[in-house]
Amino acid sequence: MIDVEQKVKQFLYRFGTELQRVLPQTIAILTAFLAGAIVLLATGYSPLKVYSAMIKGAFGDMFGIGQTLTQASPMIFTALAFLFASKCGLFNIGAEGQLLVGAFATALVGISFHGLPAFIHTPMALLAGALAGGLWGFIPAILKTRFRAHEVITTMMLNYIALYLTGYMVNYPFKAPGWVSQTVPIEQSAELPRILQPTQLSASIVISVFMAGILQYILRKTTFGYQVRAVGLKLSVAEGSGINIKRTMVLSLVLSGAIAGLGGSGEVLGVHRRFIEGFSPGYGWDGLAVALVGGLNPIGVLLAAVLFGAIRSGGMVMTRTTGVPLDLIYVLQSLVIFFVAVPMLARFLKRDRFKWRIS
Amino acid sequence: MEGITKNFPGVIANDNIDFAVEEAEIHGLLGENGAGKTVLMSILYGLLHPDAGKIFIKGKEAENYSPAQAIKLGLGMVHQSFMLIPSFTVAENIILGIEPTKSKLLLNRDRMVNDVKEISDRYRLNVDPKARVDTLPVGVQQRIEILKALYRGADVLIMDEPTSVLIPSEVEELFKALLALKKQGKTVIFISHKLKEVLAICDRVTVLRRGSVVGTVRACDTDMEKLAMMMVGRKVVLTIEKRGTMAGKVVLKLDNLRAFNDRGLPALRGIDLEICESEILGIAGVEGNGQTELVEVLMGLRKAEGKVFLDNNDISEMSTGKRIEGGIANVPEDRQKRGLIEDFSVSENLILGSQSMPPFAKWSRTILDGKQISAFSRDSIKGFSIKTPSEDTPVRHLSGGTQQRVVLAREFRRKPKLIIASQPTRGLDVGATEYVRKRLVEMRDQGCAILLISADLDEIQVLSDKIAVIYEGRIVATKPVEEIKEKELGLLMGGGKHD
Repeated sequence: MIDVEQKVKQFLYRFGTELQRVLPQTIAILTAFLAGAIVLLATGYSPLKVYSAMIKGAFGDMFGIGQTLTQASPMIFTALAFLFASKCGLFNIGAEGQLLVGAFATALVGISFHGLPAFIHTPMALLAGALAGGLWGFIPAILKTRFRAHEVITTMMLNYIALYLTGYMVNYPFKAPGWVSQTVPIEQSAELPRILQPTQLSASIVISVFMAGILQYILRKTTFGYQVRAVGLKLSVAEGSGINIKRTMVLSLVLSGAIAGLGGSGEVLGVHRRFIEGFSPGYGWDGLAVALVGGLNPIGVLLAAVLFGAIRSGGMVMTRTTGVPLDLIYVLQSLVIFFVAVPMLARFLKRDRFKWRIS
Repeated sequence: MEGITKNFPGVIANDNIDFAVEEAEIHGLLGENGAGKTVLMSILYGLLHPDAGKIFIKGKEAENYSPAQAIKLGLGMVHQSFMLIPSFTVAENIILGIEPTKSKLLLNRDRMVNDVKEISDRYRLNVDPKARVDTLPVGVQQRIEILKALYRGADVLIMDEPTSVLIPSEVEELFKALLALKKQGKTVIFISHKLKEVLAICDRVTVLRRGSVVGTVRACDTDMEKLAMMMVGRKVVLTIEKRGTMAGKVVLKLDNLRAFNDRGLPALRGIDLEICESEILGIAGVEGNGQTELVEVLMGLRKAEGKVFLDNNDISEMSTGKRIEGGIANVPEDRQKRGLIEDFSVSENLILGSQSMPPFAKWSRTILDGKQISAFSRDSIKGFSIKTPSEDTPVRHLSGGTQQRVVLAREFRRKPKLIIASQPTRGLDVGATEYVRKRLVEMRDQGCAILLISADLDEIQVLSDKIAVIYEGRIVATKPVEEIKEKELGLLMGGGKHD
């Protein structure tokens, strides 16, 4: 009996703390929409109409839901990438570049092998994306642990290298015939199946949700995840307790990059079926916002990505039905970031995780 | 002060306190951390206002006054951390805020220096007014603080834990100065939790416990045991029962260790030491003489020249993790910096450092075994009486004493060969201190070698089998505890030679 009582108490305690964690985010999101309503009113639109058109567009039918999730899935990957590195106290803003090189490597594998069975070709293509993204995370990790170069600078610079490198690749060596900067289509054996025709929603969303689960498991249940959190929360204590700081940081950034790279794979294999220059409207950056709005928690990331996806897909429908310019959608998205992510970011940066001494 | 009551949300910090101090008296205010000493003195000094009660200063009731008015009423406060401007001279610091001027505009430097000299001589505080503050030792800086208060006309000096920053010789100097002040008719309120000092200097002592006055006694009518009992509310064993030395084979051997501090200056200049099984070696020394660096070198956190042997194996090049696995436990001086991750739960903190060792990690050390961790945590919570609502509570919600128990549980349950304990009772109250010390001696009796580093001489003397004195990165003497007198220790710690 006592045991049951204790269990109930513990459950309530946990539930209470979880609720406490989620509450400020929820309030902030509502505030953002309220502020958005004011902007809409000021520009002469009816918030009620606009919002209901948006919700209908994003969730009203199967097509809307499909579009919302299609938008959400690359953001889930990049958000998880940012999240994982942040748990180790690292500020990986290189998800955009990692996604691009991942996408390109995947496309390369997708177009280069012929006649492979799908159950081999698809995983190979995904693996290539993860490896390329991982490499793009490994470079700043080595620069940080060997030469004390801050990862914010190096990951940012690597974004540009990835952008122009992949741009060069699809404009010159791997350019498909025609005037669009893109590769030839990947083999059918590499494609990820579309799971909600006629939308572009692919099995990539399943992988992304699965990824969130895996990350949560790694962080909570493995010794590696424990060490990552220890390093992220208090570097000096982690160091004093014998955790290999450099190794943990390198592995975290590699894993972070690999996740972002997988996001690129998903886009190539599931949505575009080839690498197109400029296919990412900035998923890496959106991922940062999604991770923060999601409270740097894998489950939270899933919800936040759906929210961002809904703003996008619902927004497009809304533009068509109500005549509200698309720019107002970006205003709304920015308001959410402003109210939710900025305070979190400030708190995150205030912690002294970024200072560390390499003896 | 009559019937002073002060409530904070959830706690009564002062509960109907009567407190009276006479002229020309040194009055001790004794109590554990959180007993309400500081709150009471903040009320007296006008920093806080009481919810109820009256304050009489020199017979007159004073109400709702600010610190500035308190100064005018003749009160002076010497804080624990000094409020001096390092690059100013002594005189400049003292006159700050009430500068003597020439024609209301120019600073009257001559008068400033003369004033300060005169007051320093009158109270025999022996301070050179023209010296720059940052060139002076801590003991002198404290006297400057006292001068500052006197210069502002203080008749009653409130001193908050004044000896916590001083070495023994400086404590002696301070006591001389306080006695001189008393002779001149000044009153001193001496806040402390160190029984010995209170007995040595005070005329009367008021003991606080949980916000109430336990009693006021004359120092000559009481002793340490009685005072400790008043403070804690139960009998306290001050002298730890310890079996005689039974040191076994050498566990830790240091051979000519040399290391630099963070600023690149030599911190350790050739340390040789040996610690045996079932032996507590106390390192006595003023803080900043290489103790912190020594611990870091031993834990593999700082590069050093020289050799470290654990059980005759050279571990000089080993990583921190390997050293912990090899049997070194560390109770760090700074719990926040090295000891605990405050956002981690009790159980997460309890496995820190052992997280990838069995039984906590399974499947070739990759997956955490939640069941084993839970069981271990519950055992530790019971065995070390850790007061926590559950093993999942973040340690930031626990008190300092409880946090230290978490550290002890973790480090001691690793079955270490060597325990490094730095300032293990710093910031803990009498009860918790007693507990920590008992546990340390218990570990020694079970065969552990213990390296004890403490700024508290009493602690070193009570616990150690052998004492080594560290001064400027060198061990200047090593002796069995029976053969070394406190006076000699103090001298050695201050860099003096002994014969």
